[in-house]
Amino acid sequence: MDRYQIQRVGFVVLGLVAVIVVAPILVVIGAIAVRGIGAVDWVFLTQMPRDGMRAGGIFPAIVGTVWLTLGTALAAIPVGVGGAIYLSEYARDNLLTRAIRLAIINLAGVPSVVYGLFGLGLFVLFLQFGTSIIAGSLTLAIMTLPIIISTAEEALRAVPTEFRTVSASLGGTRWQGIRRVVLPQAMPGIITGVILGLLRAAGETAPILFTVAAFFLPRLPQSPLDQTMALPYHLYVISTQVPGMPPQIQYGTALVLLALVLSLNIVATLIRRYYRRRREW
Amino acid sequence: MADEKVLTNGQTRRAEFVIEAIVRVLGFSAIGFVTLIFLFLLREGVPAFLEIAPGNLLGSRWYPTFGLFGMLPLILGSLLVTVTAIIIALPLGVATAVFVREVAPNWARGVLKPMIEVLAGIPSVVLGFFGMTLVAPLIRQRLGTPTGLTAFTGAVILAYMSLPTIISVAEDALDAVPKSYRDGARAMGATEWQTIWRVVVPAARSGVVTAVMLGLGRAIGETMAVMLVTGNAARMPLTLDSLFRPARTMTATVAAEMGEVAQGSVHYHVLFGIGLILFILTFAINLTAAVAIFQKRRRGGLR
Repeated sequence: MDRYQIQRVGFVVLGLVAVIVVAPILVVIGAIAVRGIGAVDWVFLTQMPRDGMRAGGIFPAIVGTVWLTLGTALAAIPVGVGGAIYLSEYARDNLLTRAIRLAIINLAGVPSVVYGLFGLGLFVLFLQFGTSIIAGSLTLAIMTLPIIISTAEEALRAVPTEFRTVSASLGGTRWQGIRRVVLPQAMPGIITGVILGLLRAAGETAPILFTVAAFFLPRLPQSPLDQTMALPYHLYVISTQVPGMPPQIQYGTALVLLALVLSLNIVATLIRRYYRRRREW
Repeated sequence: MADEKVLTNGQTRRAEFVIEAIVRVLGFSAIGFVTLIFLFLLREGVPAFLEIAPGNLLGSRWYPTFGLFGMLPLILGSLLVTVTAIIIALPLGVATAVFVREVAPNWARGVLKPMIEVLAGIPSVVLGFFGMTLVAPLIRQRLGTPTGLTAFTGAVILAYMSLPTIISVAEDALDAVPKSYRDGARAMGATEWQTIWRVVVPAARSGVVTAVMLGLGRAIGETMAVMLVTGNAARMPLTLDSLFRPARTMTATVAAEMGEVAQGSVHYHVLFGIGLILFILTFAINLTAAVAIFQKRRRGGLR
């Protein structure tokens, strides 16, 4: 074999490895969709669970996940985008800024179950929120923060410096330049980052194990201080803790969670693509 | 725009000052949160190390109901699953990154990158559920093990979960290798294949190490998937066949047992103690990765 043949074989092998990496993703989605689609109908999506969750729907879990995700958004977006504005527009490259970056990298690496412990210690016990939507949302928000900060900062940095200098030359202050010029230009990137962060939060189980999740609660939460069921935790419960669970309901629940997360993923991708094409710089 | 016009110079300046102060506080909040997490883990976890004899904590038996809190099987279980996962994920991840960056035609890249992003977004509990119901039976049949819920099953699932991290960091590293390196190698008569493996990948070595570190950090902290597929038996993985037997990780132990312990009990403090160990481990791993990232930045990104 001469070296060009080696190259040809090598490229084919690399392509095969890429297929080995990607194919299981399709298998996971396909297998869950095929086995679960039969369970998903209007009743499943809008009714309370019955018979110890072995029949009926998963409505309270869906509602719970929506509440938790909204709560997370409410807490994480202002802090995350504000932090990104500081890092991109105000911070100098000094030791303190480097400490912030280090903190963000580490925050992104903290195990999800450790976030759960932290949420239990701080929000549930120390601040006495109890196991509640608010305790869970705040825990998830801190977990989401590093994703939002780093994607938003990247979006802000991508706006060319000229936009800022032109704004300043017209007599705008620094903040006016940021608010009127830089932020609007960076908005699509920021929104993409926020969605990516929130879909992570929506799918997480470990941080809500001890902070919100109710094993079985066939009613809707009444206030932010209520416990609630949530989709990922519900999937965990019905796949390990309930004997005699019909597999179709398990797969149906997994499918609903997967569909929720994937559709958010697609929305984020579309926003990014649409604005990248329209961008004038 | 009217609101700005009525402001006097002094008011604008004061508003600027206030906004900058707020934004600065938000920027520093990340440091605050890391510190808070550490403090709370210390507060709830350190009592465990004071109340329980070190001999018990370092023992090989984890039976909390009998007051036996030997963490060794959990630590070794985590190591076994995580290291195996990285051994599987590293070649797959680097090869995929090389393919995407250096070889793939545009259409293939356009398919691969969104797929990998999708993988990153699949909730771990869904992957764990998939592993438990569909991968585990397959492993039991094919390998003839008594149960499909083994350390190996966990490692396979974990490998796929850490692939998106490894691939994207490795891709960035390949991207940062200057074009002149490639041109030089090609001008000397090297084929693309030779250029990739003898010049580009070695030049991106430090980035690949970073990728492995970050992947390792993700894998060791992963909880739900591991808990669903590894079988959760707290045994010492000392024999060669341990990989194909049930294992139990630190994360799964905390997740499974925290719901059932009384607040303030010894068991409660021990679980926080395990959380503290996990936090310190991932902190050290990420610190190493971060140092590599900062060094690259100082060199001007190699570009």
